[in-house]
Amino acid sequence: MLDVQEISAIRGERRIFGPLSFSVDDGDAMLLTGPNGAGKSTLLRILAGLGRLAAGSILWNGNDALADRAAHGALVSYVGHLDAVKPGLTARENLGPNALEGLEAMALSHLADQPARFFSAGQKRRLALARLVCRQAPIWLLDEPTLGLDVASVARFGEMLATHRAQGGMVLSATHLPLPLPGAKELRLS
Amino acid sequence: MSGFWFIVARDLRLSLRHGADTLAALLFFVIASALFPLAVGPAPETLARLAPGIIWVCALLAALLPLDRLFGADFEDGTLDQLLLTGLPASAVALAKAISHWVTTGLPLLIVAVPVSLMLNLDTAALPVLLLGLLPGTALLSLFGTAGAALVIGARRGGVLLPLLVLPLTAPVVIFGVAAADAAGMGMDVRAPLLFLTALFVAALPLCPLAAGAALRGAVE
Repeated sequence: MLDVQEISAIRGERRIFGPLSFSVDDGDAMLLTGPNGAGKSTLLRILAGLGRLAAGSILWNGNDALADRAAHGALVSYVGHLDAVKPGLTARENLGPNALEGLEAMALSHLADQPARFFSAGQKRRLALARLVCRQAPIWLLDEPTLGLDVASVARFGEMLATHRAQGGMVLSATHLPLPLPGAKELRLS
Repeated sequence: MSGFWFIVARDLRLSLRHGADTLAALLFFVIASALFPLAVGPAPETLARLAPGIIWVCALLAALLPLDRLFGADFEDGTLDQLLLTGLPASAVALAKAISHWVTTGLPLLIVAVPVSLMLNLDTAALPVLLLGLLPGTALLSLFGTAGAALVIGARRGGVLLPLLVLPLTAPVVIFGVAAADAAGMGMDVRAPLLFLTALFVAALPLCPLAAGAALRGAVE
């Protein structure tokens, strides 16, 4: 369980959001909504242990998550705006361990040994989402995950999300598009 | 641990695929060294006297070339975020990067230093000592370079800033490296300068990755 207590983020002299408190149970999903610049991406990066937390605390199963950021990182799968795909490597090499499961989940198996430089923007996005399956981490932090995906891929991504939640994983996603996350709570940042 | 070697292996594979980048540093080393006989004259005694210094300075400058992209590409395409989420401490990520820099730049420079030293008429007695000094020397360049590269991530004109940060740090490396080769050429004891180089390496091995790791954390914030 992820328990967020009174956190806020500051950039420069300006407070981006907070103090903000919420909690997400295992198997739950939460949508982050709000206008551009409301701090959705910043919040996701803070939860991943990448961003700077100005105040408050983040508890993972009752322990301070950011006390050991390296260990926390292993619990997190983060998909940001950038796909982190290396054009010089094949799809399989880009994903690393458990690559085949991930490729299968995003229907990219037939492109496993293709260099990623031949991939379209949507295919690169699917490769970035396939990494979620490969990493087998309990906390999924997604920043506009379905941007640029076709309808069939969104459906497949929905299955991925459902499987992950059925296995007790949690999903936090910032989005402007409807996501296949039934029963998700909504956190509105403004 | 497997994650650590995965980062190293992935970087080595990328350097192989982009072989031209790796080769560019080596060619720079050869061409820059080849300019010295043209500049100071081809007299064999003069060249033999200058050879250790030429090789050390050119190797140092060549090792700087790929540093700009060491973290730059990973920062721009989002890979750096993923590297920091592998469960490894940021300093381990930095050490993996330093190792891949050494294998793709330091080690090839060490090997190419052999024909270059022959070209510059280096005393054959001094050659083994020069190479022995370049072994910790190039590793030091990789470690200092990694720390410098991590500090300039995201900075505008980082490529210009980087040599200004790294070159002053390498002054002791050049001093002791050239001193060892010179001492061998004159038949003097080479142990002291070589031990100094090794001591520098032993100190930099934990310190530089720690500094670079802190800089990586700062860069993604």
